[in-house]
Amino acid sequence: MSAPPKAPLYSDVIRERWRKPRYRGELPGATATAEDVNPLCGDRVRMQLRVEDGQVRAARFAGDSCAICSASADVVAELVEGRSRGDAAALEAGDILSVLQADVRPTRMRCVTLPLTVLGKALA
Amino acid sequence: MRLDEQTRGDFPILGRIVNGHPLVYLDSAASSQKPRAVVEAMSRYYETSNANVHRSIHTLGEEATELYEAARDRVQRFINAAAREEIVFTRGTTDGIGIVAEAVGRTLRAGDEIIVSELEHHSNLVPWQVAARDRGVTIRAIPVIGDGVLDLDAYGRLLGPRTRMVAVAHVSNVLGTIVPVAEIVARAHRVGALTLLDGAQAVPHLPLDMSAIGSDFYAFSAHKMFGPTGIGVLYGRRAVLERLEPARGGSEMIREVWVDRATWNDLPWRFEPGTPPIAEAVGLNAAIEYLEKLGMERVREHEQALAVQAVEQLSAIPGVRVYGPRHERGAVVAFSVEGFHPHDVAAALDAEGIAVRAGHHCAQPLMRWCGVVGTTRASFSVFNSSEDVAMLTHAVAGLGRAF
Repeated sequence: MSAPPKAPLYSDVIRERWRKPRYRGELPGATATAEDVNPLCGDRVRMQLRVEDGQVRAARFAGDSCAICSASADVVAELVEGRSRGDAAALEAGDILSVLQADVRPTRMRCVTLPLTVLGKALA
Repeated sequence: MRLDEQTRGDFPILGRIVNGHPLVYLDSAASSQKPRAVVEAMSRYYETSNANVHRSIHTLGEEATELYEAARDRVQRFINAAAREEIVFTRGTTDGIGIVAEAVGRTLRAGDEIIVSELEHHSNLVPWQVAARDRGVTIRAIPVIGDGVLDLDAYGRLLGPRTRMVAVAHVSNVLGTIVPVAEIVARAHRVGALTLLDGAQAVPHLPLDMSAIGSDFYAFSAHKMFGPTGIGVLYGRRAVLERLEPARGGSEMIREVWVDRATWNDLPWRFEPGTPPIAEAVGLNAAIEYLEKLGMERVREHEQALAVQAVEQLSAIPGVRVYGPRHERGAVVAFSVEGFHPHDVAAALDAEGIAVRAGHHCAQPLMRWCGVVGTTRASFSVFNSSEDVAMLTHAVAGLGRAF
């Protein structure tokens, strides 16, 4: 039995962001750092921000997490850079899903929202 | 006939197509599938005998009571308990441990110690933490060593006159380690401590004998052994249950009630406040009958062979690490795949109809010992075949293609 060609499990954007994250790493001069875990799986995400004059100048993330969560953190970091503190705090799951171009099942939505929770803590 | 060939047709759900593939269910350690006999016994109860138990003086009430108590007798025989009074119905393993932790907890004093182990499920850690809270009670853990066994020398050093309770799992839900519980219990009793065993992963897979193990308490769930959710069993040695004050009150568990006080009912009802899970007891009875017909020795042999096959085949895949003892083990195999998060592994397997568990398996201290956030876990039951294991290993070997 030859295996039929497989449809990719996750969207292209998720796979790309997971394999080659653009915002993973340490942020020198960070003014705010926050971290949280997903109680369902134990995944951990840390987010570092440099906020100056009410503007998020830079953002980086780190952590041990699945592809969806990692891609989401990468997108969150990208989206908040250059935003005002208030605009950054207003970021929602829908904003991230539209960048990821993915339908995420309810059981995996926490993977998408964990970086947002961490962002909220960092901005608080 | 192979056990899987004999039993497969008994489980209607195995006919399901999942994501275009026939279901390969490798998550029985989380919750088992239900044979038709269990579902039918519960339907029959609801359609013909449904009523509340014990004080309903009418025919249906008498039938319901008879069925409920017959389940207790079946459990007693199945685990070879000395008396039916030792079988308390609960909501599940967690509930059973909670009942003991609450009741024993209120007798604890500053300086007392509780011994657990590093391989415990959260259900056998957190109830003790809650019980010990604000009482000056210390919780100590038997370390895990080698390929995932308990360090019994260290256990000997932890035991002492301050030890009041030793609470450990019979079979690890992650490593599959079979813990030498009879020895652990005997040594605890020598220092005057009580013992509780978490049997959630043992009862569905091993022949059990309470009189041989000798533990004061033993808790397990029906839903992991072909029975329904919502019911479990707390075995308690009669002499211990008799001197234990119930921590939870309500109907059923009383003899006589005034507005400000009450006296307690006899065992085992003293520990069963409120209307019990009656249909669930009927289902549990049918589940045990099903297991007894297969024979627990045969069940054990079949599942052990699948677990060993999975360990060998998965270990042979580059980048795959398998956790736990290689041979003598329960029906679970946890593994990690280099470069892939366990949830992504599980999602990729699900796309091929293979159901596995991924994450910390409610055993975060053990995950820390393993040095990982989580693992992917396959677990086996009577209806699984060596072909199922081969499908799993084939899918794991081809993970790169899924991404």
